[in-house]
Amino acid sequence: MAGSPLKTWLRHLRVGDVLTLAVAAAGCVASFALMWRGEAPDRAIVRAGGRIVAELPLDRHRELDVAGPIGTTRIEVDSGRARVASDPGPRQYCVRQGWLSRGGAVAICAPNQVSLSLNGGDNSHDSLSY
Amino acid sequence: MTRSVTELTVSRDDTRIARLAAAAIALTVAEAAIPLPLPGVKPGLANIVTLVVLWRYGWRDAAWVTLLRVLAGSLLLGQFLAPGFFLSAAGSIASLIALGLGQHLPRRWFGPVSHSLLAAFAHIGGQLTVARLWFVPHDGVFYLAPVFLTAAWVFGLSNGLIAAHLLTSGKAPGRT
Repeated sequence: MAGSPLKTWLRHLRVGDVLTLAVAAAGCVASFALMWRGEAPDRAIVRAGGRIVAELPLDRHRELDVAGPIGTTRIEVDSGRARVASDPGPRQYCVRQGWLSRGGAVAICAPNQVSLSLNGGDNSHDSLSY
Repeated sequence: MTRSVTELTVSRDDTRIARLAAAAIALTVAEAAIPLPLPGVKPGLANIVTLVVLWRYGWRDAAWVTLLRVLAGSLLLGQFLAPGFFLSAAGSIASLIALGLGQHLPRRWFGPVSHSLLAAFAHIGGQLTVARLWFVPHDGVFYLAPVFLTAAWVFGLSNGLIAAHLLTSGKAPGRT
């Protein structure tokens, strides 16, 4: 018997092959890093009635009240994430979305015309209007 | 005018290439029967034949065997001139170019596994380029590139090892 099956196969590898394998593996890892990187957001952008009313850095805790046509929407920013803490809208979709942490994420409180989005990533929408 | 008879003389080269291409075509057809989880990810077993031919008979034969395999394989599978045919032709041409360059690597240090990896990565590169330019004109095609590249690494390694094994065991196809 000529050793374990694994050894028999590895015998076919030459020095340069190991090098090629390593370079190729590095290329694979790099492609994952390049293509699947969710760009980390660093700012939360708050809009009211389509206009930007605040850009909040995500590195410190902050609460912001934004006035809209039907009341006040409260935005909360925490380390690396942001959410709509409360909203006067009837269905509460934007509140129930919870914390946003991925680049490009958006929570829209349509009745009160307030939106919260994070920068970075691909913008999944072209524009917002109410 | 006398009757003219077209005579095709079959050289030893022709027979050898035909035999090797037949082996590659058989592998292509057999592989098409294997269910695979992701479209576009397949082992490319026929490339084992290409590698053995490159190693033993040189690039010209490898190119003949590969192109004949792509053509005949697509005819047998009903894929001729379908998108899959162009993708596989683009991939094969890219790998042949890579092998044309890679064959000059010193054989003392670089064995069939290196050739196999070069060919596999070039194959994916060629396919993605054609897919991007022609079939899916959107950068979204590159989203799956990491998966394809990882598959190319795994199958490049395994095909290369199998080719190296066939070459050293003397059981490689084409022995007359």
